[in-house]
Amino acid sequence: MRNKRAWFAVPYVIWMALFVVIPILIMAVYAITTADPATNEFVLTAGNFTGMGLYLNVFLRSFWLALLATLVCLLIGYPVSYWMAKEGPRFQRVAMALIMLPMWMNFLLRTYSWMSILENNGLLNQLFRAVGLLDLLGVDHIQMIGTPGAVVLGMVYNYLPFMILPIYSVIVKLDGSLIEAARDLGADSPRVFRKVIFPLSLPGILSGVTMVFVPAVSTFAISQLLGGGTQMMLGDLIEQQFLGGAYNPHLGAAISMVMMVIVVVCMVVMNHFGEGEEQAVML
Amino acid sequence: MSKELIRLSDCVMSYGDEVVLDHINLYINDKEFLTLLGPSGCGKTTTLRIIGGFLSPTAGDVLFDGVRINHVPPHKRAVNTVFQRYALFPHLNVFENVAFGLRIPKTDGGGHKVKISEQEIHDRVMEMLETVNLKGFEKRPVSALSGGQQQRVAIARALVNRPRVLLLDEPLGALDMRLRKDMQNELKRIQQEMEITFIYVTHDQEEALAMSDTVVVMDGGRIQQIGTPEDIYNEPKNAFVADFIGESNIIDGVMRADGVVEIFNRKFQCLDKGFDKDEPVDVVIRPEDVDIVDEAAGQLKGTVTSVTFKGVHYDTIVDFYGFKWLIQTTDFCPVDSRIGIKIDPDGIHVMKKSQYSGMFGDYSSYSEEYEELDVPEPEDGEESGSREGGHEE
Repeated sequence: MRNKRAWFAVPYVIWMALFVVIPILIMAVYAITTADPATNEFVLTAGNFTGMGLYLNVFLRSFWLALLATLVCLLIGYPVSYWMAKEGPRFQRVAMALIMLPMWMNFLLRTYSWMSILENNGLLNQLFRAVGLLDLLGVDHIQMIGTPGAVVLGMVYNYLPFMILPIYSVIVKLDGSLIEAARDLGADSPRVFRKVIFPLSLPGILSGVTMVFVPAVSTFAISQLLGGGTQMMLGDLIEQQFLGGAYNPHLGAAISMVMMVIVVVCMVVMNHFGEGEEQAVML
Repeated sequence: MSKELIRLSDCVMSYGDEVVLDHINLYINDKEFLTLLGPSGCGKTTTLRIIGGFLSPTAGDVLFDGVRINHVPPHKRAVNTVFQRYALFPHLNVFENVAFGLRIPKTDGGGHKVKISEQEIHDRVMEMLETVNLKGFEKRPVSALSGGQQQRVAIARALVNRPRVLLLDEPLGALDMRLRKDMQNELKRIQQEMEITFIYVTHDQEEALAMSDTVVVMDGGRIQQIGTPEDIYNEPKNAFVADFIGESNIIDGVMRADGVVEIFNRKFQCLDKGFDKDEPVDVVIRPEDVDIVDEAAGQLKGTVTSVTFKGVHYDTIVDFYGFKWLIQTTDFCPVDSRIGIKIDPDGIHVMKKSQYSGMFGDYSSYSEEYEELDVPEPEDGEESGSREGGHEE
């Protein structure tokens, strides 16, 4: 190595090899093999992939719900980031603390609390009953838990900070003189936003979208708890293959590999779309 | 006779107790090259931002063509700005940066939105890029340009909109010496070709003198002097202006009669009139206006304390009765030699005493960094002591 300091990277390289590269290789081996029931030996097969069509609906649901959650996060996160960045540093600190605050709580705990809010006899339905909304509609309860909406809500709630933080940090660093220059050249506020602020915040949007979409697509606990077992997603499917009743790590590995490839392709396409921005593919 | 285009009348800018602009009165003529000159914090950029529409004065009026525009936002003013650090749009290439203003529909007299055709945009951008010598660069990303080229893009982007007035906020500050000189000439050429009013902010007095029709010297939120570069240099109004513009020896003197000023108890002929008899004054003597002669023939006699070779001349520091002068001469005088000097009447400029008296013009602590001294601090008793010593001599 020419650069002496390159040696500093050695621990990281070892770490990555041990905990990223090797596991992926093991997964790949599992994905293309199956265990012989008699001898328990691994036998090369493509069956894990060809049989996956069975789970097409799970794939579609996962990507669809993750996409929805990402979109909602973006629609909420961008205005919030923009507004935060425009305020004074004091406000920014407080707002940032408030956004981070829920993340200090355990992820499962947060999701359980949503369960008790959305349940058929949960907080919201009790509220609706108390104000007479349920009587008005002539129903016993409004079905919220176990719907795709509940799953999306859970994902938005959990992943929103990952959308806000990167967008905020890009907007807050935006050179104010660029905005002044645009105004000076005759642009009114909507045009300044459309032509300068928004294009320049694209890198933040790209990393925000990545940071929300990737965990959302592979999410499992949220869909189980808030989806009430009816909204199975890829994460749940994979979990079942490794830990659940349908024990088949070979199929689980194959599904994981396929999901990974699709996500990588999505990210590459998206980063290409935001071309010119030096935004690395993040996994 | 050119007519008045912009007027600042009694403009005050203050943030709480801090007064940034203190009753600025200034008018700017059409097609004029006017420079706001002063050290950092003098209020020159604030003045420019008020004209650009980025700030509204706390008190006073801004008039454009006779119309009050205090609260007209920047995008509705016939003024464009070249920003200090260019502020080019990093997501657009050179062409799109320059075309930015042209692509914005303008409202015509009848209230209709008028769009400029793509063909016209193309023609005007290309013509402007040619004017600033950037032909062939239109497809480049701005990040791939050098500082000087970015500067040109910034100028083209502003000028392509054909503003009545171009505001330039220290536009050459980030360029190296050589490039600065080239760009100074180029800016002057563009200003004359396009017949646009330029309002130029700088702290570089040389730049101001070289380019301007009118120089406005500012300090402490006040205008110290307005005049042509020649006026400002030759007839500085007070010690601050004399010191800020070029090198100056500023000496305490007493006006004994019209055309007679006394320095170090010796009478000198000068051209200044209209002072009271025996009025204490500040006397400015430019380093290049001093002739070195034999000690015996000199009006003043002193000892050389330091000599620096500057190429064209020597910077010679001479001690006269405890007060150190800077003299720029092509004659080499070795350190510790005794010399005499002569000053012609037109080399002596007499100024009224001001708040700046006694703060500048002594070269006791002369160093290369002298010019970069930003905020003048009143000097302590030791300096004035040595000056008074000179009087008693």
